[in-house]
Amino acid sequence: MPHRQSLSTLGQMLRRREIGSEELVHHFADRIDKQQDLNAFITVDTDYALQQARTADQLLAGGNPPPLAGLPIAHKDIFCTQGMLTTCGSKMLANFLSPYDATVVRRLQDAGAVTLGKTNMDEFAMGSSSETSHFGPVHNPWNRDRVPGGSSGGSAAAVAARLVSAATGTDTGGSIRQPASFCGLTGLKPTYGRVSRYGMVAYASSLDQGGPITQTAEDAALMLQTMAGFDARDSTSLDAPVPDYAASLKQKLEGLRIGLVSEFFDPSLDPDINAHVREALSELEKLGAKLIDVSLPNSAAGIPCYYVIAPAEASSNLSRFDGVRYGHRSESYADLQALYENTRAEGFGAEVKRRILVGTYALSAGYYEAYYLKAQQVRRRIADDFSQALTVCDVLVGPTTPTTAFLLGEKTTNPVSMYLDDIFTITVNLAGLPALSLPVGFDPSGLPIGMQVIGNYLDEGTLLAIGHRFQEVTDWHLRVPGEVA
Amino acid sequence: MTEWETVIGLEVHVQLNTKSKIFSPTATTYGAPANTQASAVDLALPGVLPVINREAVLKAICFGMAVGGTIESHSIFARKNYFYPDLPKGYQISQFELPIVSGGSIRFEVGDTHHEIRLVRAHLEEDAGKSVHDAFGRLSGIDLNRAGTPLLEVVTEPDMRSPAEAVAYLRTLHTLVRYLDICDGNLQEGSFRCDANVSIRPQGQTTLGTRTELKNINSFRFVEQALDYEIDRQIAVVESGGAIAQETRLYDADQGHTRPMRSKEEAHDYRYFPDPDLPPLLIGDDLLKEASAALPELPDNRQARFVTEYGLTVAQSRQLTRDRDLADFFESAVIAAAGDAFEVANWMGGEMAAALNRDQCTLKDAPITPVMLGDLVVLMNNGTISGRIAKTVFDAMWQGDGSAQEIVDLRGLTQISDSDALEKTVEAVLQQCPSQVAQYQAGETKVLGFLVGQVMKMTEGKANPQKVNEILKRHLAD
Repeated sequence: MPHRQSLSTLGQMLRRREIGSEELVHHFADRIDKQQDLNAFITVDTDYALQQARTADQLLAGGNPPPLAGLPIAHKDIFCTQGMLTTCGSKMLANFLSPYDATVVRRLQDAGAVTLGKTNMDEFAMGSSSETSHFGPVHNPWNRDRVPGGSSGGSAAAVAARLVSAATGTDTGGSIRQPASFCGLTGLKPTYGRVSRYGMVAYASSLDQGGPITQTAEDAALMLQTMAGFDARDSTSLDAPVPDYAASLKQKLEGLRIGLVSEFFDPSLDPDINAHVREALSELEKLGAKLIDVSLPNSAAGIPCYYVIAPAEASSNLSRFDGVRYGHRSESYADLQALYENTRAEGFGAEVKRRILVGTYALSAGYYEAYYLKAQQVRRRIADDFSQALTVCDVLVGPTTPTTAFLLGEKTTNPVSMYLDDIFTITVNLAGLPALSLPVGFDPSGLPIGMQVIGNYLDEGTLLAIGHRFQEVTDWHLRVPGEVA
Repeated sequence: MTEWETVIGLEVHVQLNTKSKIFSPTATTYGAPANTQASAVDLALPGVLPVINREAVLKAICFGMAVGGTIESHSIFARKNYFYPDLPKGYQISQFELPIVSGGSIRFEVGDTHHEIRLVRAHLEEDAGKSVHDAFGRLSGIDLNRAGTPLLEVVTEPDMRSPAEAVAYLRTLHTLVRYLDICDGNLQEGSFRCDANVSIRPQGQTTLGTRTELKNINSFRFVEQALDYEIDRQIAVVESGGAIAQETRLYDADQGHTRPMRSKEEAHDYRYFPDPDLPPLLIGDDLLKEASAALPELPDNRQARFVTEYGLTVAQSRQLTRDRDLADFFESAVIAAAGDAFEVANWMGGEMAAALNRDQCTLKDAPITPVMLGDLVVLMNNGTISGRIAKTVFDAMWQGDGSAQEIVDLRGLTQISDSDALEKTVEAVLQQCPSQVAQYQAGETKVLGFLVGQVMKMTEGKANPQKVNEILKRHLAD
């Protein structure tokens, strides 16, 4: 059963010609077809995928194939793809066909990966449950009554159900790590600037970062190797060399200093989550790591700080959706003002409108200093906390989320309770640091629990090594939802 | 009767003549078919990002150096948010709190008075596209070719006291940006656009009156007209007991008046904030060195040099340096003229200026090159042709008949300096004009001019006038 194999293993099988890419595409397309109830995909283009697969098979037959040759993957529908719709989960872009590929898409394609389709997501990446999509909510493969997390919930559900071996996601406040955690997967949010944002529909520009959602840390390393690197078309892209992540995986953990963030292990933390994260930490201790208690005193300010900065940037980023050049345009308008108002009223969902309004307010004359500027000051404090902590340890750990996957509809009427689900992940985006979420166990109802490991700037290698070493001695990452087996 | 004082501050949008747009690699050629110079970035497609054009930064630095401003080592691009169909992103990328250039000044003379207008700042920003309102019936068209064209907005202190002074400032700034080769200066194409802030106050009052902002003025003449109109309007309002409303007014060149566009209450809240897609613009020594190396001699310095190096009058050198092409032409022609700056300046101020003006021709398109003019001066100075013949040769060159030497050779215009030949002509003239000879000998020496003229006429102007004079005087003294 090829879908039970990791991306890395499938890559080896393809290279050894034990399986062909075309066969893989048929296999996964069939699985996607049979599990449409998950609503993990917005667009699937099997014909296009088969075409790519045949090219890949030729490359594989010819010898010296590119690193991802023939491997079927999916892209979060926030990445622009030529020849396949890019909707961003919104009615506003429901008919949008991009004339260009995002840098991430282009790089993965150039490395031989086969794009099977585009995954469902919270509208414009605004949400933590993948319920705000214009295309309907995504279901968690571990329990279809529950959310897969968000905003990259379609990617996480697709990989968890093994509808595809790996997928891209984006993370602005936890949107890779939280769904990875809810779906029992490995999710990496790289350092801000490590992966190009060109062609990634912007939500909050200073926080958005693309990354992989995979079954294993080894797979994440394989994906990141291709996704990472300087892009002259993204001014915030970091012009730093990309290390050999496959080599990084082999780093030993002896002497590694792991900081336990006291604020993340609050007494109110769910006892199952607490127990499993601590159990994972003792595994890491057995591998030679040392645990140190550290504090991030300004953590509590993370959510309010984020919910000023992200909506402020979003309010401006989403101004381009005006019905003038592309995307949805209202059919009823008498003048220009009505064209704008009706187009945006019809094209955006409630959560997107809420954030645009909050952000517009935060940037308005008379409020700018009190909200936006203050939030920037707080952001600096939060980043300083991390820098401080990372002088005494190499990485920081805690649970990825305060709860396991919640019920569909459980938090939709209370946005703040939804926002609070990102309490452990959001500060990492504010600081621009890399972080990895790993599966470390299950709660009594069988829902996955994730642990977050936060590293220093550009030190994705250490995070991947921790994940890989941990996965060498544990099997949480190998567990699959019932249907998959 | 109250004596009113006018207070004017100007904001000029200088379109930088870079090869590509300020945040995208799209070309900036003017006049291309609509929307053919609009890439994914200019169209603000989802996911695109801006990248600052280094050339635009260099040009802004050159400007800052030329006006003696501070080049900020750290400046910030900000988003100015508003909705308009020709603004694709729904925001304009500009600079708000920290511009690339702070301070500096523009200096000029009006008659004998020296003026110095202080600059507040000069900042980089992108232009919007154009809305086309009358070509598609009740629909509007959008042309995004101009979207993303780099602009340098140059903002003055409210230092000007009359429309004439404002115009003089604009002309000086216009000369400067063309000198620096950072702007093509084309007013018709909108490469140099002006907004004016104007207010009035009683003479002697130090606080500023309420100002209005005049937009959409795209010629020097219109600036003066718009300001004249607006000042009269403001005085009339105040003198009839009214108050000036702080508002933006549009200048209508056809009607010759200004009319309200929007009031302070209707003013946009642009919700400026630093653009998270663009890191702070850091200017280090390398960029400063590069800009400094690209900086040409500035008009003021060149004017002073023309006085000392070439011995021109201040008026002549001011005239010749008001335009970089003109000054370049002059200096090349002086070299070709073996250093006779005085004669070259005379020709350029006289025949050349007249011909250019008559044919509405620019110096670059003129049929006479600096070398051709220099050669003409050489032929005159070495006695090959007389000054009078030189004018004929100039006209022939202007008509495209060839170089000065070719024309002289072809038409046999070489000056007659041969004494024997001239002696005979003089003798003939003296015989024909006995009454004038008598007048001269009776002391009316001014008839000499008439006699010289007769000799020149007989030689078709080719006689060397000095020699003719000499020979005539000798014969008349006999």
